[in-house]
Amino acid sequence: MADPKPEELLKIDFKPHRTGWMDTPTELKKGIFCYAGKQKSLETLGMPNPRAWAVSDEDWKLPENWQEIFIEGLRERVSKYRSFRLFLDICVRCGACADKCHYFIGSGDPKNMPVLRAELLRSVYRKYCTTSGKIMGKIAGARELTTDVLKEIWYYAYQCSECRRCSVFCPYGIDTAEITILARELLNLLGLNIEWIAGPVANCWNTGNHLGLQPHTIKDIFEMFVDDIEKITGIRVNPTFNRKGAEILLVVPSGSLFADPGTYTTMGELLLFHELGLDYTWSTFASEGGDFGFFTSNEVAKRLHSKIYEEAKRLKVKWIMGGECGHMWRVWHQYHNTWYGPVEFLEEPVSPITGTKFENAKSNKTVHICEFTADVIRNNKINLDKKRNDNLVVTYHDSCNTARAMGFFEEPRYIINSVCNKFYEMPPNTIREQTFCCGSGSGLNASEDIELRLRGGLPRANAVRHVHKKYGVNMLACICAIDRATLPPLMDYWVPGVNVTGVHEMVANALVMKGEKKRTTNLRGDPLPGMEGE
Amino acid sequence: MGLIFSFFAVVALGVIVFIGVKVAGLRYLFGVIIPYAAFFAFLIGVVYRVMQWARVPVPFRIPTTAGQGKSFDWIKQNTIDNPSTSIGVIIRMAFEVLLFRSLFRNTKAELRDGPQLSYGSTKWLWMAGLAFHYTFLIILIRHLRLFLEPIPLPIEIVEALDGFFQVGAPVLYITDLIFLGAVTFLFLRRVVVPQVRYISLAADYFPLFLIGAIGVTGVLMRYFLKTDVVGIKELTMGLITFSPVIPQTIGTIFYIHLFLVSALFAYFPMSKLMHMAGVFLSPTRNLANNNRAVMHVNPWNYPVKVHTYAEYEDDFRDKMKAAGLPVEKE
Repeated sequence: MADPKPEELLKIDFKPHRTGWMDTPTELKKGIFCYAGKQKSLETLGMPNPRAWAVSDEDWKLPENWQEIFIEGLRERVSKYRSFRLFLDICVRCGACADKCHYFIGSGDPKNMPVLRAELLRSVYRKYCTTSGKIMGKIAGARELTTDVLKEIWYYAYQCSECRRCSVFCPYGIDTAEITILARELLNLLGLNIEWIAGPVANCWNTGNHLGLQPHTIKDIFEMFVDDIEKITGIRVNPTFNRKGAEILLVVPSGSLFADPGTYTTMGELLLFHELGLDYTWSTFASEGGDFGFFTSNEVAKRLHSKIYEEAKRLKVKWIMGGECGHMWRVWHQYHNTWYGPVEFLEEPVSPITGTKFENAKSNKTVHICEFTADVIRNNKINLDKKRNDNLVVTYHDSCNTARAMGFFEEPRYIINSVCNKFYEMPPNTIREQTFCCGSGSGLNASEDIELRLRGGLPRANAVRHVHKKYGVNMLACICAIDRATLPPLMDYWVPGVNVTGVHEMVANALVMKGEKKRTTNLRGDPLPGMEGE
Repeated sequence: MGLIFSFFAVVALGVIVFIGVKVAGLRYLFGVIIPYAAFFAFLIGVVYRVMQWARVPVPFRIPTTAGQGKSFDWIKQNTIDNPSTSIGVIIRMAFEVLLFRSLFRNTKAELRDGPQLSYGSTKWLWMAGLAFHYTFLIILIRHLRLFLEPIPLPIEIVEALDGFFQVGAPVLYITDLIFLGAVTFLFLRRVVVPQVRYISLAADYFPLFLIGAIGVTGVLMRYFLKTDVVGIKELTMGLITFSPVIPQTIGTIFYIHLFLVSALFAYFPMSKLMHMAGVFLSPTRNLANNNRAVMHVNPWNYPVKVHTYAEYEDDFRDKMKAAGLPVEKE
């Protein structure tokens, strides 16, 4: 499918339809939705209603009593999640959230306003769970759950990347992510996942990672990394796998093992830890920090996630370090302790390099790699030559989850400023807690929904474009695997001339290592500044 | 549809009481029975709704962090927008409830040629919201004079300040003006801004019309259709002391005002107006961001089926051994 031209995509009509939203049928558009979850993917984890179906089919092959399942599921969840119940009850429809959503800004579709996205489900909640909705119906904002309504809820639940930007602006903190997370749970009760989520979930169950990399393949991938690193630096690093008794278990998103530029981030990590002589191990079993189960249901998320602590326990490490990834850190920071804890078999994390205690991680024993590295740099434990990154004019994209679920702003910036000379921030309304999603988060980074991704990525890309024009920014740094996979095509489309990098790739390029040969290229094999002729 | 329905619903309320008092003479019904019923419906309803929410567990600690989190000593934490302690949460909530801090962040996105997206600061909704809520509160406090004898000094002071400009007789209260202005703004915004009109339900227009009508009838009574204030106080004191009396000198306008207030009280617990209580319970705002330091317990956490390492090794043992990876079982 040919991508639409930017000029075409920019003809955004922000005028809502003339008919009320309940009376405006939703047309499921190609380029916006993702393909249906495959039977095999659903069967792997024993998910409900596995069957072959397609989004464009009239008949989605729902179970006979699908309404009952959905309504019962809804009733159960409003009694289990205060967030869900409250957010369905107290919205005043002030509209402050409307133009905070990147999908609304990029599409103009009124049902992409967070408030209306929630109303799609809220109207069903009113009809079946509130007295006024039962009695007064439409005038109370209630409506029957029909197949068209179900399809509409599905269509828009998979047009939300659960980035939580709207929740920053809501006067009651209503978080659309809570709504769509639970909407997706309900849809999964009927077997309505998308394959881009269901597939990785099945892979993760079987092999421990979303990409389905088997243990020997992971080893092979690292051998390539090691060879490449030796060619560039003259140093042969020696990563270990599934090694018992290591001090630290390192878990990264599997995307960083597979595709550029994520692979350079992993190579950067290998170099840094080699230089530090860190006693750590990789695991082929806990080979995925991310958790697409989180985009399926709370239960599936927990089912996939337990392996990380299980593996730490089996290998008898002291604590766990997590790589550069966005939703992974939402899960690690806000969920995995609650799912799995208490984790008495691990120790409170202390950096073996600096002796710094990571007080903020003393209960769940997981440290973000950027915390670790920022502390190392702060304590002058490594030599950095910033000039090696002088060919880069850098800006930094806060990933949604580290921003709005952690408040992780200064740590990566401190590292970036320590390893490069030219760093420029994007406009204040587009960074930190107000950062814009890459447009492809929460499992929407498929190829068939490219129009949705390009539209949703417009606000992020446009802010990059601003600093690209103003300061000549040519490198977009980020700490998220989905960013590293999806921002390059987004940049090519909206801001050609800007590349994407993980933070630890830049660290490794600036890192002056003991015994290294004279470096002429960076990890990508591009000449370092001043080495163009070598 | 919602707009028209709501408008006529409020008009109907006015007509009912007008006929009820003026024609049928049901002063005791509208002056005593309905106010009591509405007040208790409000009390019981609000408590019930809050209990209903409070009974639902908070399985996960999901604060929305809007500033730098607690990190190293050398990184400055934003303790208001990303609190890590209970005191921090109280401060965050205070800013939220008293000053509408999140709404203060409001921006307006605009797509210009270029393409250039810009996000201008827009404070109108925040200002109108704040003006509306605070003037409503002051007006409510002023009304306490009807239920207290002697009138406490703080209420006298509030009144004096409110009537500071001494315009006309009776003295014009500034809050009355601001209140009606803010309600009008909030209403016009719903009608004029296409997106907001699109999302608006009857449940949004109805409370606006109702509250607006309460304001208008109050102003009419105070400044234009002068009613017997002494008689009103006799009635209100009767209500508060549970020895109701109905002075025959009070005009119908008062009954309309009182009935609309009663309608608001009765409607409150089943409406979106419950956001007043709900905001305090919002898990994205009222939890400290200390997830990794303190374990949050989910009361309904349950064991799930997982794929164990032993099963994984069984699946891949030969491949692992061939690749030189350590295994548990040879």
